[in-house]
Amino acid sequence: MSALSDQLVTFAILAYLVAMISHAVEFALGNARVRAAVSAPVRERELVGAGAGAPGGTILKSTEPTPPVAPVAGRAAGRARLAGLVAVVATVVAALLHLVALVTRGVAADRMPWGNMYEFVLTVTFIGVAAWLVVLAKRPSLRKLGLFLTLVMVLLVATAELVLYVPVVPLVPALNSYWFVVHVATIVFSSGIFLLGVVPAVAFLMRRGYEAGKRSFPYTLAKRLPAAAALERLTFVLHAFSFPIFTFAVIAGAIWAEAAWGRPWGWDPKETWAFISWVVYAGYLHARATPSVKRNVATWIAVLGFFTMLMNLFGVNIFFTGLHSYGGL
Amino acid sequence: MTILDERPATPAEAPRRRPNRLLALLRNSWRQLTSMRTALVLLFLLAIAAIPGSVLPQRNVSPEKVNEYFTEHPDLAPRLDQLGGFDVFGSVWFSAIYLLLFTSLIGCITPRLRDHIRALRSKPPVAPKRLDRLPQHSVLPLPAGGVAAIAEVLRRRRWRVTVRGNEVSAEKGYLKETGNLIFHTSLVVVLAGVALGHWYGWSGNRLLVAGEDKSFCNTRQQYAEAKLGPRVDTGNLPGFCVTLDRFDARFLESGQPASFNAAVTVDEPGKATRAADFSVNSPLRLDGANMYLLGHGYAPIIRYTDRYGRSQTSIEPFLTTGDMGLTSEGMAAFPDANLDPKTGKRDSNLQMAFTGLYLPTAPDAPPYVRSEYPTERKPMLNLVAYRGNLGLDAGIPGSVYQLDQRQIRTGKVKQVGDKVLKPGESWKLDDGSTVEFLGTRRYITLSVRHDPGSGVLLVSCGFLLAGLMGSLFGRRRRVFFRVTSGGSPDPTGETPTSGSSLVEAGGLPRTDYPGFADEFAQLVAAVSGDGRPDEPAGTDRDGSDRAGTREGTD
Ligand code: HEM
Repeated sequence: MSALSDQLVTFAILAYLVAMISHAVEFALGNARVRAAVSAPVRERELVGAGAGAPGGTILKSTEPTPPVAPVAGRAAGRARLAGLVAVVATVVAALLHLVALVTRGVAADRMPWGNMYEFVLTVTFIGVAAWLVVLAKRPSLRKLGLFLTLVMVLLVATAELVLYVPVVPLVPALNSYWFVVHVATIVFSSGIFLLGVVPAVAFLMRRGYEAGKRSFPYTLAKRLPAAAALERLTFVLHAFSFPIFTFAVIAGAIWAEAAWGRPWGWDPKETWAFISWVVYAGYLHARATPSVKRNVATWIAVLGFFTMLMNLFGVNIFFTGLHSYGGL
Repeated sequence: MTILDERPATPAEAPRRRPNRLLALLRNSWRQLTSMRTALVLLFLLAIAAIPGSVLPQRNVSPEKVNEYFTEHPDLAPRLDQLGGFDVFGSVWFSAIYLLLFTSLIGCITPRLRDHIRALRSKPPVAPKRLDRLPQHSVLPLPAGGVAAIAEVLRRRRWRVTVRGNEVSAEKGYLKETGNLIFHTSLVVVLAGVALGHWYGWSGNRLLVAGEDKSFCNTRQQYAEAKLGPRVDTGNLPGFCVTLDRFDARFLESGQPASFNAAVTVDEPGKATRAADFSVNSPLRLDGANMYLLGHGYAPIIRYTDRYGRSQTSIEPFLTTGDMGLTSEGMAAFPDANLDPKTGKRDSNLQMAFTGLYLPTAPDAPPYVRSEYPTERKPMLNLVAYRGNLGLDAGIPGSVYQLDQRQIRTGKVKQVGDKVLKPGESWKLDDGSTVEFLGTRRYITLSVRHDPGSGVLLVSCGFLLAGLMGSLFGRRRRVFFRVTSGGSPDPTGETPTSGSSLVEAGGLPRTDYPGFADEFAQLVAAVSGDGRPDEPAGTDRDGSDRAGTREGTD
């Protein structure tokens, strides 16, 4: 069972890779389409001198969808749509493989599959991709974000498999409690949503730069992305959804720590970083609600929050020792 | 975010005849401190200030690591110590940040609380003159019931409604501000709970060896380390006694623990003696204290019969060294050994001590330094005998777990041999005395705590969460309806009932709410009688999602 799970993880990574490549193809064909459309007459266009990275140095002023004009562009657009479709299907397949890998892992261990860092990362990434599919179903227009999402998935799941992998073992008694299940389930869930949330956050920062006229490297990637306002909105919705769950998870952790170690809060490195993440995300929501703080500043805080989560997930398990050191490294 | 606009950080100074500079400065600083921007900066500082607390070892988390750090970085450590680097969360600067933050918080919520209560008690405002200037606007035919019918539809949808002549004003979503205030107030209460626990709580750690002769009663002296809050004195400790009857631990074949259980007899004042079990994750709840199981180990029973034939037994816990197999080390000291029965005098140079390494499951072949499994499959005690002045009389408190190294260095204590013993085996020393290894008893590591703030913490955390959700998902908005005749605003204020009358409607979201257009459209449809008047409007979140769909490009 556990060997099956390991194989499924490998297949899931491959499927994510396929999804990522298809998204990239869609991106590239999208650019081709722009180029083709530019050559068509009556298009209002704008010459950008030093359009480093922007093919031909010419881009459309309008960021709205451009109906294919020339037949060449039509074919490219069709192919782009096909690539996008393949990408979505591959993501769904990958997510299913991912899910089955988790379930078999859980069955093999006879418990919830989140007893160590490997399983934890696997579960968080699954939540991230599942939430992404929900978002995608509700707002198909955001599909192009999938490139970034699948990139994150490939990186994290592959890191999990190559670096963090540990064989199946049961839990130590300290972890054997209802509150543990509640605590970790909610931490995993909210981390997954935060993970997904960072994708539109980064995309927004790039897109905003692009819309403000920046045409240097990272911004040019944002050319085909949804409008900045929509990305910002999605970033907020995901974070606002996740933050109370994360808050609850931290509280559940404190309740569990009280029962297991006799104190609800002890500034163990893991707890300290959870506190830091909480404060940073609270800062994000706060900043977004503060009129004098610009939206991109607020969004940077959200990205920073994600780094603190990563620090807690990887850094604390690797660099520090504390009561929470059951990462399995 | 329209109602809760920041109050201006630097208000325009009113020209006054004799401006009181100090007062103005104070007022300005207070405004500055209670602005949302300052709160944000302080939140940031708080996050940054917490980082050293995870990077440097902390005294109240792992004092041993702090000592280690001092030996590893002899130059840096004292300087860091001065800055509070090893007690970050109790340091002046950390406290300063959170105290400022909470001052800002209180300064921020009090006026908002007042305003909000006022808003809750007042009626929705008069409709603006030009409804067509509002973000949402629509004109519809007057429904059959007139103004009263419109008000009824709104009330059914849980709007707060006021009818003024031919106008209806309605507002909804007070929950947002209510939740926000509950959330921020709960933060203050959480801090109060922490303070309560700090002032009135106490805790102590100790090891408890199984057996009635080793039972412990709750007094300050009985703890290896005890921390009493500033408002607790030793007399306040509840006087219970606990005996460890049995300790069971199960392990997997890999040595990983599977389950623990400590069976104890509890004697609380004014209650019948009772048996109880507790374990990791399920502490023993006593009157005025909780007892937590933190660890466990073995206490070897070592009997020493001195050269005069007098026996003494030591049952001291051996501390585990941290490996999976529970290799433990400790000491059996016999400071009263070799008391001359004739003179009744004790020769302090003939005191005895044995340091030892206990392996519950010794390897098949030497060296016998590391146990292979945590239960006693092949127990073995590796003893080193010492004779001489143990230094226990010098008035310097010594450790019961370690031999005083100074006495060895100065030659006052000398090693007189070593031997590996199995349970039941004995070892004859050079002076004809014998030491026997009789077996072991289990011991557990206990933490006993009383935290009067924990109830407050739990309740305030519940409110905090509820408030947070209200704050994040609530949306405040207003709608206005005005009956007009012939499509133009009617300034006379008379209520026309003729069929030709129209109703003008306007909507104003007072917080960031992209789904408002949808809700407004539904509301207008419901009021004008077509659509599905009795079907409740979609929830806010649904609305926002639907609206968001159209925002993207494709
Ligand atoms: C202890 C530190 C604080 C924390 C952890 C914190 C956290 C938060 C969070 C998470 C939100 C988002 C909820 C929402 O969007 O409705 C929020 C909103 C808000 N906070 Fe704080 N806050 C703190 C201190 C303060 C202070 C000192 C002020 C006043 C200066 C303040 C004023 C506000 C206001 C006005 C909102 C509402 C924003 C809105 O309308 O959405 N907070 N806070």
